[in-house]
Amino acid sequence: MANSGLSSEVGKSLPKAPTGIQGLDEVTAGGLPRGRPTLICGSAGCGKTLLSTEFLVRGALQFNEPGVFMSFEENAAELTQNVRSLGFDLDDLVRRKKLRIDHVRVERSEIQETGEFDLEGLFIRLNHAIDSIGAKRVVLDTIESLFSGLSNTAILRAELRRLFRWLKDKGVTAIITGERGEATLTRQGLEEYVSDCVILLDHRINDQISTRRLRIVKYRGSVHGTNEFPFLVDEKGISVLPITSLGLHHKVSNERISSGIPRLDAMMNGKGFYRGSSILLSGTAGAGKTSASASFVDSACKRGERCLYFAFEESPDQIMRNMRSIGMNLEQWVQKGNLQFHASRPSLFGLEMHLLTMHQLIESFRPGVVVVDPVSSLIAAGVGHDVTAMLIRLVDFLKAKGITAFFTSLTEAGEALEATEVKISSLIDTWLLLRNIEVSGERNRALYILKSRGMAHSNQIREFILTKNGIELMDAYLGPGGVLTGSARLSQEAEERAGEVARRQEIAQREVELGRKREALEAQIKALEADLLVNEKDMETLKSMEQTRRDALDTNRTVMGRVRQADTSRSTARTKQHDTKKNNGF
Amino acid sequence: MAGQSPKSLTAFSNLKRICETYLPGKYHIEVLDLLKNPQLAEGDQVVAIPTLVRRLPEPLRKIIGDLSNTERTLVGLDLRMSSERS
Repeated sequence: MANSGLSSEVGKSLPKAPTGIQGLDEVTAGGLPRGRPTLICGSAGCGKTLLSTEFLVRGALQFNEPGVFMSFEENAAELTQNVRSLGFDLDDLVRRKKLRIDHVRVERSEIQETGEFDLEGLFIRLNHAIDSIGAKRVVLDTIESLFSGLSNTAILRAELRRLFRWLKDKGVTAIITGERGEATLTRQGLEEYVSDCVILLDHRINDQISTRRLRIVKYRGSVHGTNEFPFLVDEKGISVLPITSLGLHHKVSNERISSGIPRLDAMMNGKGFYRGSSILLSGTAGAGKTSASASFVDSACKRGERCLYFAFEESPDQIMRNMRSIGMNLEQWVQKGNLQFHASRPSLFGLEMHLLTMHQLIESFRPGVVVVDPVSSLIAAGVGHDVTAMLIRLVDFLKAKGITAFFTSLTEAGEALEATEVKISSLIDTWLLLRNIEVSGERNRALYILKSRGMAHSNQIREFILTKNGIELMDAYLGPGGVLTGSARLSQEAEERAGEVARRQEIAQREVELGRKREALEAQIKALEADLLVNEKDMETLKSMEQTRRDALDTNRTVMGRVRQADTSRSTARTKQHDTKKNNGF
Repeated sequence: MAGQSPKSLTAFSNLKRICETYLPGKYHIEVLDLLKNPQLAEGDQVVAIPTLVRRLPEPLRKIIGDLSNTERTLVGLDLRMSSERS
C-alpha cells in the first residue's frame, strides 16, 4: 500500500515495534514506539486486554520478540481461555518460552499497610520475568488495580513514575492499559506518566448498534492518523480499518465486460461496463434490481469469473429460486465454486463488522465481481454519514483491487429518483436507473443510463422486461403522452404493423394497375407497328408499280427508236443520260 | 525484602521487637531476599517491599511497609484480637 513507504521512512527517525495487528501498523505508521511504554486506555469491555494480548502473541510469533504479560486482573488460565477463541494458544507460547504470564494479585483484605514501602517487589518480578525469556515486549494490564489494593497513593504514584522510567531503561516495548476516567483518559491519570504514545479505545452504542473505535491521542515523534478508526474484534483478532490509507491511486482497466443484458451492452457502445469500475443500479421497490444484478453475475460466471454476492435482504436460496423463474440458473455457479453468496441482515452487526466481513471474504475468495444488494439497507446498520464513509472505503478498496463492483440501491417512493440515500452516486462510474412508469392503468419498468464515465452511451429510455428467458430491453415508444410502455407500447406496435400491411397492399395494387397499363400500352404499340407495316407494304407496291411503268416506258422508247432507225447505241446512251438528268430533277 | 535497604532493615528490627514482645519463643522468621531469589516474589504474590507474610495460622496475611506502626502490625498479624481475647 501507499503507506508502507511512509512507515519505513519514519522508522528511521523513531524505531517502532510492529504490532502485527491488521491496520494498526498502518495507522501508527509502523507500530508502537520501540523501547517505550504506550498507554492504551478505554472503558470496560473496549478491548484493551485483547489488543495487548494480540500485541504480545503477534510479537512472539511474527517478529520473534518474546513478551511478558503482567496481569493484575485475570490469572493465566482465564487469560488463556479468553483468547483461545481467537486462535491464540498461550499455553503453547509459554511452553516455548515465547511468553510469560505473571498474575499479580493485590487483595486489600489480605494486606495491611504499616509505614513506608515501595514496589520493588513488582520490579523484581517483572525484571525476573523479562530476563527469564529475554522478553522484548511487556504488557501491564491494568496497573491501576494497584490503586484499589493499596491505599497509599502518594507512594504508588511515585513508584509508577519510577516503573515507567525503569521500563524505558530496560528497553522493552511496553503497553500499559488504563481504565477510562470521568474527565481524564485514565482514572488515575496514567497519561501523565506515559507520554510517548497514547491510544484511546472506545466502544459506543449508536442506535442500538455498537461500534468500536480507536484513536491515537498522541504519538510523540511520529506521524500518525488522527482520525477515529473503527476496529473490530472477530475470530481472527483485532482489525483496525484505516480510512486514510486508501487513496485514489488505483490502476484502471480498459477492458470491457458484458452486463449480461445484450441490449444494455449495446447502449454502452456495444461493449458493456469497464472492468474494475463501480456500477450503481438504483430504483424503486420491485423495479428489478436483483434480477439485473443476477444477470450480471450470471454472465460473469459464464466468462469463468468469480463472483461474490452480498445479499442484505434475501437469502441465497430465495434469490436462486427467484432467478430460476426468469431463466437463470445460479445454482450451477455456486456448485462450481464460481459464485459465493454471503447473506446477512444489515442489523446483525455494526457497519464496521460488515465492512470487515466483506474485506475478509474478498481477500479470501478473490472475486472479479462483487455485488452488494442493496447498499441502501446498510443504513439500518449505521448512521447516515457513517454509511457513506463505509461505502467510500468499500468502493476504494474494490477499485484498488480492480474488482468490478455492482451496487443496487433502493429509492424510497416519493424521493427524488436521482438521489441515493447513501449519497454515493458521486463515487460511481456507471449509474443505471430503473424506474416504474405508470401509464394507462399499468406499471411498467424502464431503464436508462444516468451516467457512464469514459464511454459514449445511449440516452434512450428502454423498457425493461423480465421474461422467462431473462431480461429484455425494448425500445420505448414516444407517444403524445410521453414514453409508451407495456400495452400502450404493444398497441403502438400493432398500429404500426397494421399501417405497414396497408402500405404493402397499396403497393401491390399499384403493381397490378401498372401491369394492366403496360399491357394496354403494349397492345397499342402492336397496333401502331401493324399500321406501319401496312404503310411500308403500300410503299413497296407503289415502288414496284413505278418500276414496271418505267420499264414499259423504256421498252416503248427502244421500239420507237428502232422505228425511227436511229443509231441505237448512241441514242440509247444519250437517252439514258437524259433520263438520269430527269431523275435528278425530281 | 530486596537487598539491605534501610526500609527493609527497619522492618526487620521492628518485627523482631514485636515478636519478642508479644510472641516470645513462639515465632519463626524467614528472611527472603528477592534480589537473590526473584522467582519467590511470584509465588508469594509479593509486590511491595518490604512485605511480611504471615503463613500460619491461615488465612495468609501480608503486612507491607517498614512495620513502624506497631498497632497496625498487630492487627495485621491477628495478634491484637487474640491478646484481647485471652
